[in-house]
Amino acid sequence: MKTRIDQCLERLRKTRRKAFIAYITAGDPGMAETVDSVVQLAGAGADIVELGVPFSDPLADGRVNQDAATRALAAGATWGRLLKCIEQIRRKSPIPLILYSYLNPLISRGFEKTARQATAAGADGFLIVDLPAEEMEPYSRILGRVGLNNICLVTPTSPSARIRKIAGLASGFVYCVSREGVTGMQKQLASSALGLIRRTRRWTRLPIALGFGISTPEQARAAAREADVVVVGSAIVNRFAAAPKTAAGRKAAAQWTARLVRAVKEV
Amino acid sequence: MPRKRIDTEPDAHGHFGPYGGMFVPETLMAPLQDLEREFRAARRDPSFRRDVEYYLREYVGRPTPLYFAERMTRELGGPRIYLKREDLCHTGAHKINNCIGQCLLARRMGKKRVIAETGAGQHGVATATCAALFGMQCVVYMGKVDMERQALNVFRMRSLGAEVVPVTAGQQTLKEAISEAMRDWVTNVRTTHYVLGTAYGAHPYPVMVRTFQSVIGREARRQILKQEGRLPSALVACVGGGSNAIGLFYPFLQDRGVEMIGVEAGGLGIRSGKHAARFADGRVGVLQGTRTWVLQDSEGQIRLTHSVSAGLDYAAVGPEHALLRDLKRADYSHVTDREAVDAFYTLARWEGILGALESVHAVAWLMKNARRWGKKDLILVNLSGRGDKDVQQVSAWSAKHGGPKA
Repeated sequence: MKTRIDQCLERLRKTRRKAFIAYITAGDPGMAETVDSVVQLAGAGADIVELGVPFSDPLADGRVNQDAATRALAAGATWGRLLKCIEQIRRKSPIPLILYSYLNPLISRGFEKTARQATAAGADGFLIVDLPAEEMEPYSRILGRVGLNNICLVTPTSPSARIRKIAGLASGFVYCVSREGVTGMQKQLASSALGLIRRTRRWTRLPIALGFGISTPEQARAAAREADVVVVGSAIVNRFAAAPKTAAGRKAAAQWTARLVRAVKEV
Repeated sequence: MPRKRIDTEPDAHGHFGPYGGMFVPETLMAPLQDLEREFRAARRDPSFRRDVEYYLREYVGRPTPLYFAERMTRELGGPRIYLKREDLCHTGAHKINNCIGQCLLARRMGKKRVIAETGAGQHGVATATCAALFGMQCVVYMGKVDMERQALNVFRMRSLGAEVVPVTAGQQTLKEAISEAMRDWVTNVRTTHYVLGTAYGAHPYPVMVRTFQSVIGREARRQILKQEGRLPSALVACVGGGSNAIGLFYPFLQDRGVEMIGVEAGGLGIRSGKHAARFADGRVGVLQGTRTWVLQDSEGQIRLTHSVSAGLDYAAVGPEHALLRDLKRADYSHVTDREAVDAFYTLARWEGILGALESVHAVAWLMKNARRWGKKDLILVNLSGRGDKDVQQVSAWSAKHGGPKA
């Protein structure tokens, strides 16, 4: 069973085009705004949207995404409201949706139930940031059963044997983390990123994404030369946070994102 | 028929039964596996063990006394009470046992920078001390709220040459300090060793910290056998993450007649919701690297915690304690802030010892429950730290809540 993510990346691969993923935190500043932000990002040319599930203790995230999660929780983000948000997005857009989350909020009411609810609402994949390959098996089996992609991370510290194992568990695409560190912006794309992409290609035919620390069109273009998919997070979260909390403000933030999309599509 | 051995050894991926494991971002997986390999090799290496023993003896001042608390025994009118005097370790708490071990391990791995989280500040001070001793750069992450309530320890760490970084996220206490230390570690993992201070987190930390802290129980077992010729009826220790408790309990695990009681922070009482009693009011979840009992809401968000003692003010408990509880090998209880502060004064006046606010939770539990045992029973309490760091906090607490004053 192919998800919207699989179909989207296949379509792009056939036309030899690169994909752009935009990350925002769900529920920041509120779920209604998130619905509109996703629709705007789709309009700006993003191929896939990654929605952060707010968590109280996001230890893999830098300050920008931590603050976004704190704002979302303070505004009353819950799993139930996130499901409604996804349903509303689905009425307006077929854009593939990945839920980026820590494990605890997903197992709190039972992982299988949570995964089924996400599928029913219209989500296409999970990326569970604190679930390494060693702990992944029961969860990846459930994801496969309910028809969600299991998006897995490989990093510059991952030795080849781990990359191979992770690539075997992943579906949709394999996500290369450009550098050691948490989410957040940086001035230059780390040189470790390109080597990691090449090492990962040896073990998988899945598309390869690059993310963490990409915030400018130049970086996005450089990333797209090596990777099939480019992910931008904190820089977009920052843009939306700084923009007025109005439809016009979100449109402006999405238009800023369109510059990054164009950089990726030019490659 | 001989009874089965109590087995709490974790599997290759650090699972203590259904608990434990390695729930961290992928960047940390290979470094954690390297650390585990290095730890196992060091454990088998006589020269490493000799180094640890040397520094524990000559620098930390071990063995610490097992002191017969004569007046407490008389006043409570029940069992004979012994205090394991970890408060007499250099830097004033058991924390340094683990820091000596981990810093020697870091040196062995060629890491010249160590980082740590700290709640009460005792682990931060111990890490800063060992970093000075071994000539390493040291950064300590500490919640801003904890920096205020443990200002003395902040000054100590800075005097020792460590950088103390205030953490302003969330509740601004121990939990946020751990997240911030992990973010540093993810970023600088090639040059840096993370000296986690308690028997918590991703494998191999719980088993590594337990190994370095087991010196407490090994000594205590030898000492009680020498002083009384028999084993105690019970061991009592406070439990935040649970390193002083597991250090005391572990060498007694196979002694089935020895009861073990871990005491959590009851704060303002369980019904108030303001406490850190994970076993009383939490459920199983995954936080900061491990699966264990966690205080969380119905959404899986981590709950705010409260304790008068910064070192017990944490939302989750070490995974081996969760297994010991399932196996019914240890029991877990809790006492309130008020009971702990009362015990702080009582211990001071009966025995002339200012105990740390963490450690007096164990003393308070025993004061409430001493009558469970007869006069021939021996009870061993881990006095895990000294209370000098807490005098301002206790004084402010008494002024606000009433009760005995200094």
